[in-house]
Amino acid sequence: MLLEIKDLVVRYGNIEALHGISFHVNEGEIVTLIGSNGAGKTTTLHAITRVPPPEGPKIHTGDIRFQGRSIVGVEAHAIVQNCHIALAPEGRHIFGNLTVEENLTLATFSRKDADQVARDYQRVYELFPRLAERRSQRSESLSGGEQQMLAVGRALMTGCKVILLDEPSMGLAPLLMYDMFRTLKKLNEQGMTILLIEQNARLALKFAHRAYVLDTGEIVMEGSAAALTENPEVQKAYLG
Amino acid sequence: MQRFSVPLLLALLFGALVAASHTGAIDLYIQSVIMFIGINIILSSSLNIVNGYMGEFACGHAAFMAIGAYVASILNVLLFTKDKYFGPPLLPPELSLYFFPLVLLAGGAAAALAGMLVAIPSFKTRGDYLAIITIAANFIVTSTIINMNAIGGARGFMGMKKIIFSMEDVLELPWMLIWVILGTVFSVWTIRRFVSSTYGKGIIAIHQDEIAAEIMGVNTNRMKLMAFMISSGLAGIAGGLFAHILGYINPGSFGILKSTECLVMVYLGGMGSLSGSVISAILFTLLLEGLRFVIPWINTGLHWLHLLPDAYEVSQVWKWVIIPLILVLLMQFRPEGIMGNKELSDIFPRLKRWYHFK
Repeated sequence: MLLEIKDLVVRYGNIEALHGISFHVNEGEIVTLIGSNGAGKTTTLHAITRVPPPEGPKIHTGDIRFQGRSIVGVEAHAIVQNCHIALAPEGRHIFGNLTVEENLTLATFSRKDADQVARDYQRVYELFPRLAERRSQRSESLSGGEQQMLAVGRALMTGCKVILLDEPSMGLAPLLMYDMFRTLKKLNEQGMTILLIEQNARLALKFAHRAYVLDTGEIVMEGSAAALTENPEVQKAYLG
Repeated sequence: MQRFSVPLLLALLFGALVAASHTGAIDLYIQSVIMFIGINIILSSSLNIVNGYMGEFACGHAAFMAIGAYVASILNVLLFTKDKYFGPPLLPPELSLYFFPLVLLAGGAAAALAGMLVAIPSFKTRGDYLAIITIAANFIVTSTIINMNAIGGARGFMGMKKIIFSMEDVLELPWMLIWVILGTVFSVWTIRRFVSSTYGKGIIAIHQDEIAAEIMGVNTNRMKLMAFMISSGLAGIAGGLFAHILGYINPGSFGILKSTECLVMVYLGGMGSLSGSVISAILFTLLLEGLRFVIPWINTGLHWLHLLPDAYEVSQVWKWVIIPLILVLLMQFRPEGIMGNKELSDIFPRLKRWYHFK
């Protein structure tokens, strides 16, 4: 198990957002968390990447283990530097004033392996040719879809082995959405482990290996993506 | 050519200014204007690290200047002069020439430590709240100095002129002008190195989006600490120079008005533009000094045209009407400041032949 979450309880102030969830992600998998609004999906990702309060939650009890080591006491920047987990946050959080290339460069902030960095630029530009076309354009002038590509590309540039994606399809046209997921699949085939949150459960289940269903801070179902797609309850609640 | 053009130009300018002052080709007034331009360049470009590049709103820059000024002055007076509080000099006064840069750096270091204390609240606070904290820090520093009788309290502290005299005894040169120019070049060089380094990119990332910076692996707390310490440390050096130019300091000169002047220069030049800060510091100082001559002209002109009652004179106080008015107009018509967030070489690409910023 690459990433293991055990009985995790997190809080925002006095409000408990996750009531003891446990799940795991194996190396080379695409795992998706599905659930309705307010189920605690984003909170889970923020807890794993230790986004500092007030935006991030406080871990109350439970444990998060990466390659067997607990990362509860590690700070967000150190998670990226040492543990190699990168987050592509919801709402993109790109550096709007900087160009596409500068955004990617910033993601290599703590990296020392210059030749691997050069290969990673190549890889990002190959995966997202649109970014290569616009490399010296200010990123706030990109379209929503291109900004989303930039957010994912930036997560890749951190050199992390695991990327957590918070709604990568948000605000994308259906065609671009499929493109994005095909790209993610390609990345996964190259060995990237992906933990994915998605409102569009049908799409997520189509591309993921395994899935967890999150409901008001608890995991109510788990299983292979194919099995969950067939599950009548899931079909009724999330697939419509 | 690109590598040597700027140092060469600076060396020529430095040599010309020092020679002109030494021979008396430029008088003491012009010398002091040049020195204040230098000090203002240090102040505005160092505040630009925090307010421009990092996008925080710190408005207590004069506090760090005060700490630098007092620490450097006290050290110098203690070490090299006979003072009624501190007694005879601890070291022979001739050495003051060689120790002067060290004393300035000590002042800067003390200011940087004080900057650290302001940086710590900034880990959790930004925007208006940080502005209030920094204003409070400014008041804490000035009122602490007012209440310390050993260093003169509200009456101020003097004796630094003796240091200058003992430097001139060693070698007859306009020493303060030399130190100010060296200090200015050192500060601008440090800031340029800092903001164009990878660390500097981290500071720009904090400005744009703190959360995103953190999840990209930028240690935002350490970055803020560094930015605040460098900024306040350089302000401390400016304070040390300021104290030795005037030969006399009092806490009143490091109040909120001085901090506001620093802010005005940063926003006049453009947030996140080093050349903008330098240009605005020069313009602002020249404007302040220029009005000294222009206001009497306005006065005689208006009287000649019979637009004013004979008994009323346009006094120098009007300076504080004209300058804010210029600022209001500037903010109305060019809110990004003179340079925006661009450097001189971005606006005039041909300059890239002579120097490059990044």
